Amino acid sequence: MEAVCMVSFGRYTRPHFHLLLLVILPLGLHTVAGVWPLPQTFTSSIERYPLNPQAFYFGYGRQSAAQQGCSVLDSAFIRYFSLIFPDYTGNGVLRFFEDKPFHIEISVDHDNCESYPNEDSSERYNLSVSAGQASLNAETVWGVLRGLETFSQLVYQDDFGSYFVNKTEIDDFPRFQFRGILLDTSRHYLPVQDILKTLDAMAYSKFNVFHWHIVDDPSFPYQSQTFPDLSSKGAFHPMTHIYTQSDVRRVISHARMWGIRVLPEFDSPGHTKSWGKGQSDLLTPCYSGSTPSGAFGPVNPVLPSTYQFMARLFKEVSSVFPDSYIHLGGDEVDFSCWSSNPDIRAFMQKMGFGVDFTKLEAFYIENIVNITSALNKTVIVWQDVFDYHERIPKDTVLHIWKGTPASYMAELSRMTKAGMRVLLAAPWYINHISYGQDWRDYYNVKPLNFSGTEEQKKLVIGGEVCMWGEYVDATNLTPRLWPRASAAAERLWSDEKQTSSVSKAFPRLQDFRCKLVRRGIRAEPLYVGHCKHEYQGV
Amino acid sequence: MSAALKLALLLLALGFSQGRQHNYIDEFDEEPKAETERVVGASKYGSLWPLPQKVKVSDVSFKLSSGSFRISDAKGSSAGPGCMLLQNAYRRYYEYVFGSARRQELSKSRQTGPAVLPELQVWITSPDSECDGYPSVTSDESYELTVDLPYAVLKAPKVWGALHGLETFSQLVYEDEYGAKSINSTTISDFPRFAHRGILLDSSRHFLPIKVLLANLEAMAMNKINVFHWHIVDEPSFPYLSRTFPQLSQQGAFHSYTHVYTPADVKMVIEFGRLRGIRVVPEFDTPGHTHSWGKGQSDLLTPCYSGSKPTGTFGPVNPILNTTYDFMSQFFKEISTVFPDAYIHLGGDEVDFSCWKSNPDIQKFMVQQGFGQDYSKLESFYIQKLLDIVSTTKKGYMIWQEVFDNGVKLKPDTVVHVWIGRGVNDEMSKVTAAGYTTILSAPWYLDYISYGQDWQKYYKVEPLSFNGTEQQKKLVIGGEACLWGEYVDATNLTPRLWPRASAVAERLWSAADVTDVNDAYNRMALHRCRMVARGIPAEPLFTGYCPQEYKGI
Repeated sequence: MEAVCMVSFGRYTRPHFHLLLLVILPLGLHTVAGVWPLPQTFTSSIERYPLNPQAFYFGYGRQSAAQQGCSVLDSAFIRYFSLIFPDYTGNGVLRFFEDKPFHIEISVDHDNCESYPNEDSSERYNLSVSAGQASLNAETVWGVLRGLETFSQLVYQDDFGSYFVNKTEIDDFPRFQFRGILLDTSRHYLPVQDILKTLDAMAYSKFNVFHWHIVDDPSFPYQSQTFPDLSSKGAFHPMTHIYTQSDVRRVISHARMWGIRVLPEFDSPGHTKSWGKGQSDLLTPCYSGSTPSGAFGPVNPVLPSTYQFMARLFKEVSSVFPDSYIHLGGDEVDFSCWSSNPDIRAFMQKMGFGVDFTKLEAFYIENIVNITSALNKTVIVWQDVFDYHERIPKDTVLHIWKGTPASYMAELSRMTKAGMRVLLAAPWYINHISYGQDWRDYYNVKPLNFSGTEEQKKLVIGGEVCMWGEYVDATNLTPRLWPRASAAAERLWSDEKQTSSVSKAFPRLQDFRCKLVRRGIRAEPLYVGHCKHEYQGV
Repeated sequence: MSAALKLALLLLALGFSQGRQHNYIDEFDEEPKAETERVVGASKYGSLWPLPQKVKVSDVSFKLSSGSFRISDAKGSSAGPGCMLLQNAYRRYYEYVFGSARRQELSKSRQTGPAVLPELQVWITSPDSECDGYPSVTSDESYELTVDLPYAVLKAPKVWGALHGLETFSQLVYEDEYGAKSINSTTISDFPRFAHRGILLDSSRHFLPIKVLLANLEAMAMNKINVFHWHIVDEPSFPYLSRTFPQLSQQGAFHSYTHVYTPADVKMVIEFGRLRGIRVVPEFDTPGHTHSWGKGQSDLLTPCYSGSKPTGTFGPVNPILNTTYDFMSQFFKEISTVFPDAYIHLGGDEVDFSCWKSNPDIQKFMVQQGFGQDYSKLESFYIQKLLDIVSTTKKGYMIWQEVFDNGVKLKPDTVVHVWIGRGVNDEMSKVTAAGYTTILSAPWYLDYISYGQDWQKYYKVEPLSFNGTEQQKKLVIGGEACLWGEYVDATNLTPRLWPRASAVAERLWSAADVTDVNDAYNRMALHRCRMVARGIPAEPLFTGYCPQEYKGI
């Protein structure tokens, strides 16, 4: 099969011959190429204004609830100054001596400068660019951050290096509230630097949730204050391959500065092999006949000590991670070990579960959900929990990860019909790679294209791009994530009707990926071509 | 009925195995269990990659002191301190072994425990070390390494073997649990199975900064790859700055200053390669794949016609004009002096005839020459003239397989490059039956990516599995992994190439019976961590970790 393909596609210009047409689409070099993700309403004219880095000012409007001293915005101004003027070194001569100054005036309705972004945070903003000034209005500082990102993408350089921005009016808000990226730090450890860099890149695509799949079977890098043995025995290395409390705090505060929530996942009862190394009696001993085999299975759901441990661990996790959501996993539980264990079988009997181990699983999850609910956290679980369990608390969010488009659409219908809120990840398993422009598949997803009422559709809170770690570590994470994840970002932020064409999106995305490269993000190319400033690392 | 049942079971299995974190395609490879449940164990060959021909490792270990360990020239060596190539290599490998930051003086209190190995002596045994020469397809790359007291000895007829031996020596060094550098008493006798072990990089579809090329030459040396096939120009851009025809890159590069290779750049790449025993074989592909050439050289490409009018677009090189051949003579004269290797790759693949067919002048020429409607004859006509031109420069040439398929008369020392996947075994038989040397790339198109451990596919290839006599098989001088540039640039090239190309490297270096995928996995996992520690962002094979993770971001 493959051999046949090779021949018919020729030595180099294989599957995407028709793409040559796309590539030729003229990308006006001296005009604004566009904003990614596309704002909801956007009008701009060819009237352009020069920007002089030495006469460019951020300021707070008089009416603004936030003023100087607002930590989120003050530091955003500093970051965005360098993003807007990437060439500026500060020691050049005054080239545009006669240029008028340019002011961006920021106005916020609420002073939420010291808070964390949450599920209800408004990200709406209004940006108006005219001669010598721009005004950026938002309800919250998070909206301002989104607006600053948009403004930074509006600024461009001509062939002489001068900066310009065109007259523009933008009114913008996200289509979905939850726009996440999952990183898996258990299958491979990701150094903190790489996580921080990913947060930066997420903000450039207006993602707002970092789903930190922090532990799993292979390793337990989270250093717990309460149970330090979990990482000292369960991490790949107890010193070099862990996240200390200060690492975690750094990630959370860095994310806050970009308006990004940090959603931790502590997946159980399956996917917990690494937990057992530092916490004895937590996992189920598997039996071979009447003797323990020495192997361990999922968390042992029949021991009270299990729930005492979980209560203490989640108490810690709840206070370390400020977000009001917590992800409890609950996927892919293998029943073979449970069914081999005589104590578990006795418990099943006692509880009247018969041989239905999904009931045991439901029993376990219910207990864990009660623990976290008592800690005032909203729970997210993988769809498996819904699939086998009827009595899920109504405010639980279900996370769809399985199946073909037809089957996840059906699942969306079922879940929302049951009145549950849903998060969609199935179409965006970005760790699965293939040859060619697979970003188009991520772009073409229609998250609300399932049968259901308007009310049902409102229950879809958003989507998530998942980068599982089997084949991904610090060496290849960034180019594998960007700009492929950016395709999903536009699907989750922008209006679907205005962004239905892959070929229209192509030049804008190509331009955006060069912006990412210019900002030091190792974003891979979409197709043949070049960026003015190529990536300078190895 | 049983078939239906089987199908149902298969579907059931499919449904179940759609693991959240596991790939559903991959699970059904030949060894689904091995894929996910492979026990990472230790190979008895440690982290050696590619595996040497003969290895004997004993349990006796020695310590290496970063303060006093020396790599030096043996007394009888024909290469002395004046051999810059070796002196540079000694320093490079010293730093790889000890890390550049950790040099410290030996403490006075002598530790008890294993003996200290104080020195590695490098002994070039043939009178001409070839220290100042360039590697070639006939270079002797063999070496013998003995690690024992009073000092280790690396014997090689030429410097090329010594370079490989130094890499092997560095791969034998490990850290004990206290971090002390150690090496076991070992004897190795080694030589490559194939003489041509190459990697093709494409700097036309995306420009690859010099830094990226050099880093990858460095990685090639770690894998005993000895040919950098530089597919330097193609349709999209012409980054080679020609002294004779500077307008080629001025007009044909993506950008005439930031996206070109100056003569100094090219020289640097060649010398960097030479110091690592790597040949640099440039490819200037014609008559197709030349769109970018036409921007800086008018009248070189064929004007395409629509009816009786030129469309304004251009096709392959125009084969009927004398000016074409004048241009090629001058151009390849330059190339033959800039690139010292004995071979130039002339391409010759994928020529599209539609533009030639549309052009009335070409039609007329076809009639004159009596070619009828057979445009492959015209192609052969062009190639024939080109080969004659290149022959006058005293260079040998490599060509893609179509040139052979079309029956062009080739010099006996021509290397035919087989790239088409379908019928690859027949092609290998045919090419070698005709008496030509050949290299294989068809199974190793690394630009094709897929989910999972595709390195195993590359590893399992047996280049000599085609039908043919012993004589024919000897004509297969090696192979090349190709990383075409449609989707690859500086941002993702290195992790996409390594360690997948390492699988090809072992296939081309090690003995034919080195085929144990499990053993390969265990060695390669360590080898890739070693590359990472040396600053090469080589991607992971599967879940796990390296003691030193990549720090580049």
